[in-house]
Amino acid sequence: MAKKYDAGVKEYRDVYWAADYVPLDTDLLACFKVTPQEGVPNEEAAAAVAAESSTGTWSTVWSELLTDMEFYKGRAYRIEDVPGDKDAFYAFIAYPLDLFEEGSVVNVLTSLVGNVFGFKAIKFLRLEDIRFPIAFVKTCLGPPSGIQVERDKLNKYGRPMLGCTIKPKLGLSAKNYGRAVYECLRGGLDLTKDDENVNSQPFMRWQNRFEFVAMAVEKAQAETGEVKGHYLNVTANTPEEMYERAEFAKELGQPVIMHDFLTGGFTANGGLAKWCRKNGILLHIHRAMHAVIDRNPKHGIHFRVLAKCLRLSGGDHLHTGTVVGKLEGDRASTLGYVDLLRESFVPEDRRRGIFFDQDWGSMPGVFAVASGGIHVWHMPALVNIFGDDSILQFGGGTQGHPWGNAAGAAANRVALEACVKARNEGRELEKESKDIMEGAARNSPELAVAMETWKEIKFEFETVDKLDLS
Amino acid sequence: MISNNTMGDYRTTQTLETFSFLPPLTQQEVHDQIAYMIAEGLTPAIEHEDPSKATSYYWTMWKLPFFGEKDLNAVVAELESCHRTYPDHHVRLIGYDSYTQSQGVCFVVYRGKTW
Repeated sequence: MAKKYDAGVKEYRDVYWAADYVPLDTDLLACFKVTPQEGVPNEEAAAAVAAESSTGTWSTVWSELLTDMEFYKGRAYRIEDVPGDKDAFYAFIAYPLDLFEEGSVVNVLTSLVGNVFGFKAIKFLRLEDIRFPIAFVKTCLGPPSGIQVERDKLNKYGRPMLGCTIKPKLGLSAKNYGRAVYECLRGGLDLTKDDENVNSQPFMRWQNRFEFVAMAVEKAQAETGEVKGHYLNVTANTPEEMYERAEFAKELGQPVIMHDFLTGGFTANGGLAKWCRKNGILLHIHRAMHAVIDRNPKHGIHFRVLAKCLRLSGGDHLHTGTVVGKLEGDRASTLGYVDLLRESFVPEDRRRGIFFDQDWGSMPGVFAVASGGIHVWHMPALVNIFGDDSILQFGGGTQGHPWGNAAGAAANRVALEACVKARNEGRELEKESKDIMEGAARNSPELAVAMETWKEIKFEFETVDKLDLS
Repeated sequence: MISNNTMGDYRTTQTLETFSFLPPLTQQEVHDQIAYMIAEGLTPAIEHEDPSKATSYYWTMWKLPFFGEKDLNAVVAELESCHRTYPDHHVRLIGYDSYTQSQGVCFVVYRGKTW
């Protein structure tokens, strides 16, 4: 039945608030934490978010009548109090699947975290979670290899992998940099990593770095008999340069490259992931810039959303924080998004900040990377928190060893294996950590020295972005 | 401050992936790992290889994976039998995980004589 055109401004809630709406399995669902301006009722604010992130604009327009807005509009269908924050509330919004281009997280984000975040009637806005319907998930590429394929390629089973970022992160020549890589790998690390801001600076151009690193990886592999790799950072200012670097890594026979997905952008990431799938190269993802977006509990995007988007866009590893190291990260919340990276189905669990069931179907899992301010004493807790499908990266905790990188690497490897063995024996890692570590150090002078060096270092500050729990 | 004469030198060694940085596992420790594997619902399997070919992804299978095997002693007996038959070879124990299509456990139990 045709409607009549009625020019003017309507309240958003007349059109976009639908308390009786039952979301469809194909709907994309989002939960926002909304802090409205004073005097704006919650339903109106929620409806405004639904409108501005989907089909709406501030005024009625005649051309709406040329289409079926009931079919295309987003709907705010539920609001809930936020425990511990009386100024804010959660708004749940359902978006019809056809609002989004198939396989494009870029398109989803442009809608959901686009103009709406600057909307005047809202003081603060935070995207807490997205439920991607399986119908959308199946249109995304996802991780180029995923956990299972990577384990087979690197021949690492039954334990987390060990890595480290080469330090100092800026200023080394390519040959000295390769030396640091070689020392780490010969000592027992599986993987080493370019720092996120190592691209192609004057002190070390990318071609030179790639060549020297390739020699280091090759030699360490030949001498230890184990498979080794180094994440060659191909992040660049243009996609053309990024692909040129990726091609050269492939030419050198290197197993893994790396990308900064937030500063590089989701379009670059999607393209690179596709290239990696085609060429059988693993893709490590760093999250530089995430804290700008995700650290404020009232405004921005929660990291679990960025993590889900990365899994869809494509990456085989993603940095997740360490819980115990120098960088921010609440334990329950971190465990929540670690599951979102690795599992095929993750149920709603508010205690871990998960607002929706998420079905990933057959999409491969992403290794969780714990990196930043961790050392051997953290090993029992890290193995307990992150489990086998993780990469534990000790930068200073390897290269800061008094005997150098190789001894530091060996210390970490001994500690890791001792913890995995103890866990399998049914021991409680965190409770018995001192015992387990001291036992392991009896057979490893490298570990004993590492334990002595870092025995006093702790990073105990309150988490800024805490879960909203009553 | 560490002086040059107390600083240790780390000698590169050939290693065999998981648990190869620990002292060889005792019989009891191997039993504990098998018990873990069985409790996790993994399928025990045994592979062996001449040390000179140990860097290859594929080692030779000892019989077939022991599907449905819940008896720790049966797995131990197979390990010993493989080791007796190929005393010069590395022998490794694997726990296949049919859900992840990966291996939940994999470590070398006997290191080859010439290695």
